[in-house]
Amino acid sequence: MRIRTAGVVAVLGLALAASGCGDSGSDKPAAEQSASKATGGKLVIWADDKRTAALKPFAEEFGKENGVTVEVQAVSKDLQTNFVTASQQGSGPDAVVGAHDWIGNLVQNGAIDPVQLTAEQKAGFNETAVKAVTFNGQLYGVPYATENLALLRNTELAPEAPKTIEDLVTAGKKLKAEKKASEILCLQSGQNGDAYHIYPLYSSAGGYLFGTAANGDYDPKDLGVGKPESIAAFQKIAKLGEKGDGALKRSITPENSISTFTGKKCAFLVSGPWAVADAKKAGIKYDISPVPGFAGGKEAQPFVGVQAFYVAAKGKNKALAQEFVTNYVTKPELAVALYKAEPRPPALTAAFDQVKGEDPDLAKFSEAGKNGQVLPAIPAMAAIWDPFGKAEAAVIGGADPAKTITAAGKTIQGQIK
Amino acid sequence: MSAPLSGPGSTRTPGREPARPGLPRTSRTARNHAPITATGLVVKVVLLGLVAGIAIWAAFPLIEAGHWIGLGVLVATTAALFYLYLGRRHIPAKYLVPGTLFLIAFQVLPVLFTASTAFTNFGDGHRGSKDDAVVAIQTSSVKQVPGSTEYALTIATKGDPATGDLVFLLSDPKTKQVFAGDAGGLRQLDASDVTVSSLSGKITAADGYTVLNIGQASGRSDAVTALIVPTDDGAIRSNGLTRAYEGKAARAYDAGCDCVKDSETGKTWTADEKVGSFVAADGERLTQGWKVNVGLKNFGAVLTDPNISGPFFGTLAWNFAFAIGSTGFTFLLGMAIALALHSPRMRGTNFYRVLLILPYAMPSFAMLLVWRDMFNTDFGLLNNLFGLDVDWFGGAWSARIAVLLVQLWLGYPYMFLVATGALQAIPRELTEATSVDGATPWQSFRAVTLPLLLVALSPLLIASFAYNFNNVNAILFTTEGGPFAPDNPRNGATDLLITYTYRLAFGAQGAEYGLAATVSIFIFAIVATVSAISFRRTRKQEEVYS
Repeated sequence: MRIRTAGVVAVLGLALAASGCGDSGSDKPAAEQSASKATGGKLVIWADDKRTAALKPFAEEFGKENGVTVEVQAVSKDLQTNFVTASQQGSGPDAVVGAHDWIGNLVQNGAIDPVQLTAEQKAGFNETAVKAVTFNGQLYGVPYATENLALLRNTELAPEAPKTIEDLVTAGKKLKAEKKASEILCLQSGQNGDAYHIYPLYSSAGGYLFGTAANGDYDPKDLGVGKPESIAAFQKIAKLGEKGDGALKRSITPENSISTFTGKKCAFLVSGPWAVADAKKAGIKYDISPVPGFAGGKEAQPFVGVQAFYVAAKGKNKALAQEFVTNYVTKPELAVALYKAEPRPPALTAAFDQVKGEDPDLAKFSEAGKNGQVLPAIPAMAAIWDPFGKAEAAVIGGADPAKTITAAGKTIQGQIK
Repeated sequence: MSAPLSGPGSTRTPGREPARPGLPRTSRTARNHAPITATGLVVKVVLLGLVAGIAIWAAFPLIEAGHWIGLGVLVATTAALFYLYLGRRHIPAKYLVPGTLFLIAFQVLPVLFTASTAFTNFGDGHRGSKDDAVVAIQTSSVKQVPGSTEYALTIATKGDPATGDLVFLLSDPKTKQVFAGDAGGLRQLDASDVTVSSLSGKITAADGYTVLNIGQASGRSDAVTALIVPTDDGAIRSNGLTRAYEGKAARAYDAGCDCVKDSETGKTWTADEKVGSFVAADGERLTQGWKVNVGLKNFGAVLTDPNISGPFFGTLAWNFAFAIGSTGFTFLLGMAIALALHSPRMRGTNFYRVLLILPYAMPSFAMLLVWRDMFNTDFGLLNNLFGLDVDWFGGAWSARIAVLLVQLWLGYPYMFLVATGALQAIPRELTEATSVDGATPWQSFRAVTLPLLLVALSPLLIASFAYNFNNVNAILFTTEGGPFAPDNPRNGATDLLITYTYRLAFGAQGAEYGLAATVSIFIFAIVATVSAISFRRTRKQEEVYS
């Protein structure tokens, strides 16, 4: 009866397959299914690994206080895409934690609802953070932390904070000549560029991404990439590139930039709060200052990003999710706990003041981001990253800035609907 | 050829037995009238029971979602399977049906699904139905009425907490007035009939109403969200379970004109079924769109968009070069080593074999990342070790060479393994006979060993070619398709058609599943044609040598 047995095993697999296909071709993680079966009084939150750990105790407390179950589920990869897909299929969570530049995409896919905060609650937040989560005049999330780039400096190699990027290059070249460092500046680019990290220099040289509309939002119709300002900016960036000073290099990638800095191979690193832990672990003496701009140029403006809580539009327990996001997340204790899980400056002023005293780096980062620019959350921003980064890499590698940026501008324009 | 990978496109590794559980392996010993053994019966009952169990388990979500066609298919399939395996007849069908069903489930359906997606604008901003978009537009436009009251909210029912009609008990924290609101409107309550908490300002008890606690209220979450208390300026809506605000939906859908109107600005966006968006007279689109059928637009885009069709043939040529190179070089190296180790004069062959298998034993995605770092211009092992200053991934040709080198390293152990196996099957007498006839080793290899090897290995080489033709990981984990021409960020020098498609579908610029599905169809057609031609040629070759 061996054959028949084998056949039956196959049948078993088939039934599985059939069930899989019938269900509109979805393959849901098991966790989601258990969530959808809940009859009520159950809140499901999706977050990435680090935040999940920090959120759990607070979520449980919220659950206990209110007599409901709260489940925090870690989605370690592609949280945004998974959330959009799951919410489309009706198997998504009730609330989700993520960066504010997701908002444009989440809104165009109808995945999140606006939240309503009282004027009093709004006033408790850092102004930039509130602006960041505002889209089309609506508040779409409750911010809890901000983040921006700054210049980390190895104080043993470079005791003085450079005032301009030219000063930095001079200092870096000197260190290189003295064989104290092998690189002038650790600013990650890689072969495909990194629009986020180059932006302070781009803005200092006069470039912009989108103009602003009358209501203060970014205007997708006024694209700055490809305009004369952006060409001028990239001409300055090209001078720092591989064919120029060699301060910007494609060999410095997201993977090696921080380790090169902590390995004392470069004295300057442009990075965010996440690099501080590595610097501490490596035991190097460092200081944090704003990213310097070009001499005679504008101030270098890093992007300010905000991490926020969102209410899922198709959640099964929307009222509970609103309750959690608007009335519970706005408490400073949670912001402090999340700060402890990952040191990014809290968006709540009260929480920020509370941790500022314990952590001087935080104040320095926040100082560096004071004149920062809110990272655009409009859906059109998605069209920027890839072409802009690749153009940056090409220019750093020695391509003609005018030709490259004009072409990138055209590509971006073509992708904006 | 590459070792088994994790990630997209990695589920099949040619040359290994396909991971299909339960396909009959040896069928030649079967008899039509095999006796029914106890074990066989038990196994049959258990497995068919499991089939039934799984079918029931799968039926519930289908019923819940109202997928009646899916349910019909499920019931029909299960019934057919029971009929087939409970009876003693239809022996050939018992073998054929599982494979056929697997083929339908895992090959035909995905292809059909891809093909149907290719005719739509499915992607970010156009994922759901028009109704979804309308709901999203209306919900997103709800704004708090300026200067309106923020109420403390208590959710209550008339009668039973689980089934009674919901009522919002509202208290104004400033004037201390209390109200009850439901779909019929708002009416003031007598302050003496209610108890208000001095701490939170919420109503904790009211005559004639059952106050719900948070758990009970959240159990009726949908009803709470749906309850809107109309007022003169808009409507009172819940914000969570403890607060309420007076809000107004600025935008409303009007079925009469099939348009969305903004009551504040008076602007109108009319539905455009061709693009799946609401478009205003000035060309402004609302962000929330829906999925529509776009006909052959995506196919047209692939063929006419200069950004896609321009580099298409260049990418296609490199795609062939990559697949042929990956397969060919690994085969040559693998075979050369296999021949060396096959020599009877070779000592310590087992030791070498273990060493040679190592690259194959490592997870290839990790190896690809390690190789990527080794090719780094300034910090990479390769440049440092050999004192080079090559910008490996910066130049088109050096990047292509680098990718092929990585493929060679990852893939040759597999070719070595299969070549070793095939060599064992070639009788040594044949080569010995040629040497007796005075042939040089090279001649005997050309005339005897190689042709016999190729007969055995051709199908594997073709499979390996087809696999490498769509080897996403090899490119995405190393060069990410780069380097890119300064004026074209869409198509890189080492891009395969599939990595290019992957970027379209899941890239940073937002998902365009419709367009990506179209490119997939082109790839499918190319791979199918190439495989068909090569298999036909292999058959001819076998006829020649056999």
